[in-house]
Amino acid sequence: MRPEPVRFAGFRTLLYKEILRFWKVSFQTVGAPVLTAVLYLLIFSHVLDRHVTVYGDVPYTVFLVPGLVMMSVLQNAFANTSSSLIQSKITGNIVFMLLPPISYREFFAAYVLAAIVRGAFVGMGVILVSLLMVSLPVVAPGWIIAFALMGGAILASFGMIAGIWADKFDQLSAFQNFLIMPLTMLSGVFYSIHSLPPVWQTVSHLNPFFYMIDGFRYGFFGQSDVSPWVSLGVVSACFVVLAILTLSMLARGYKLRA
Amino acid sequence: MSAPAIRIAGVRKRYGQLKALDGIDLEVQQGEFFGLLGPNGAGKTTLISALAGLTRVDEGELAVMGHDVVADYRQARRKLGVVPQELVFDPFFSVREALRLQSGYFGIRRNDTWIDEILASLDLTHKADANMRMLSGGMKRRVLVAQALVHRPPVIVLDEPTAGVDVELRQGLWQFIRRLNRDGHTIVLTTHYLEEAQTLCNRIAMLKAGRVVALDTTDNLLARFASRILRVRLSAPIGLDFLPGARDAGHGWVEIPFESYGEVEDMLSRIRLTGGQVEDMVLGEPDLEKVFMGVMHEA
Repeated sequence: MRPEPVRFAGFRTLLYKEILRFWKVSFQTVGAPVLTAVLYLLIFSHVLDRHVTVYGDVPYTVFLVPGLVMMSVLQNAFANTSSSLIQSKITGNIVFMLLPPISYREFFAAYVLAAIVRGAFVGMGVILVSLLMVSLPVVAPGWIIAFALMGGAILASFGMIAGIWADKFDQLSAFQNFLIMPLTMLSGVFYSIHSLPPVWQTVSHLNPFFYMIDGFRYGFFGQSDVSPWVSLGVVSACFVVLAILTLSMLARGYKLRA
Repeated sequence: MSAPAIRIAGVRKRYGQLKALDGIDLEVQQGEFFGLLGPNGAGKTTLISALAGLTRVDEGELAVMGHDVVADYRQARRKLGVVPQELVFDPFFSVREALRLQSGYFGIRRNDTWIDEILASLDLTHKADANMRMLSGGMKRRVLVAQALVHRPPVIVLDEPTAGVDVELRQGLWQFIRRLNRDGHTIVLTTHYLEEAQTLCNRIAMLKAGRVVALDTTDNLLARFASRILRVRLSAPIGLDFLPGARDAGHGWVEIPFESYGEVEDMLSRIRLTGGQVEDMVLGEPDLEKVFMGVMHEA
C-alpha cells in the first residue's frame, strides 16, 4: 500500500539534507571559518588593542568580536547555498531535488534556513573561542538574534542567486571575490565608520552589509553608528528584494529547469 | 474509464532553431510496458524531461495518471518515478541515506521497510551503508533505479537504464522491472538495445527529429516492417528469380523473405529442382533492428 505523503515533509527533508551535507564536513564548513576568524582576532587585537578604543571606552578587541562573528555568519551563509547548488548542478544530482513535488517556495526556505543554521554554528563558535580572550557585553540579545537571522538570510539568498546563475566554479568565485568580499570588508567589521573621512562615511551608508554589522554590534554594546531601527529597515528591505529575485528565478526554473 | 498512465498532447519544444519536440501526441495506458525508441537527438530525453517537469514545453499538455505536470505537478510527480540517463549521485551520502532523503522529498517518512525491500530486490543490501562514491558504475545505476522506486510510483520511466551495464546486472535489472510491470506498474523504457525493447515492450513509439514516426504494438511493427528470412548458402550460384524478394547476401549466402514456416519446404524444393545445392541454412526471425532501420529510412 502506498503511504500517504506527510505535509511539508519535502521541505523538512531538504532542510535536513542541507544541514547534514555541511555537518558531514564540519571540519571544513564550521571549524575552518572559526579558526580564520580567531586568527583575525589574535592578529588585529595584538596590533591595535592598545592604540584604539571605540564608542568611548570599548577596547578594540572587544569591538572587533561582533564584527568578526557577523562576518563569519554572512560568509558561511553565502558559502552554504552557493556551493551546495553549484555542486549539485555540476554533478547533476540536482535532479533528485527537482523531480519530487517540492514547491519553489519550499526549496527556497529549506536552502535559506540551512544556510542560517551553518552561519549560526560558525558565529557561535567564534563567540565561544573569543570568550576565552575577552569579556563580551550583551546589552540587547533580541537585536543580535534579529540581525544574525536577517544577515544570514540575505547572504543565503545571495548565495542561491550566485549558485543558480553560475555555470562553473570560476564564476561563483568571481561573485564571491568581487562582490561579497569587498562589501563585507568595507562594512565596518574592523572599524567604526566614524573614524572614516566624511566622503567614505557616505559611501559606507550605501553598503547594505554595513547595516547588518552595525545593527548586530548594537546588540552587544547598545551603541551603533546608526539607529538599529534604521539598520533593520534597510536589512529587511534588502532581504525582501533578494528573496523576490531568488523566488522568481526558482519559479521560472532559471538555469534549473530547461 | 481510468486515465491513461501518460498523456502527451501537441507537445512542442524548441531550443533556438532546433525543434526538439515537434508536435508529439502519445498515450500510454496503465500497465503497459512501453518502448520509446529513436536515434540520438530524436527527442526521447527531452520528452521524458518534460514529463518529469525538468523541461518546460513551449506548447501542449502532458499528464501522468490524469494529473497535469504543470497545473497539478505535486500529484503528477508523486505518480512518476524517473531513472535518469546520466549516472548521477550525491557524494555526501550513503546508499541508505540517499534513499531515505529521496523518500522524504516525496513526503514519505519512516519508509525503511520498503527501502529494505528495494535494496534486497536490487541486490544492494550489503552496500546499504556504503558511501555512493565507493560503488561501481553498475551499483550506482541500481541505486538510481531504487531512488526512482522509493515513493512507489505507478508509472516508471527508465531512460537508457542499461547503458554501460554488464550482462548479468542487465538480466537482473530486467527481471526486477518485469516483476514491477506484472505487479501493475506502467513502464516506459528508452534504450539503444533494440533486442531489449523487442523482448520487453508490448508497444513501441519511434521518434525522429522530435516527431513520432511509428507507433504500434511490437508484434504489429514486426509484422509490418520485417519478415522472416531464410538464409541459404549454395554450393554454386544459381538464378533465383523464381523466389520473390531473394537477394544475394554475399559469401555465397542468399536471403529469401517468407511469411510462414509452411513456405520453407516449398522454397527448398524449388531450389533443388533448379539445380541448386544447399550447403548451409539459417532461419531468421524478424527483429526490431530491421524495423527501426526501415522506419528511420522512410521517415
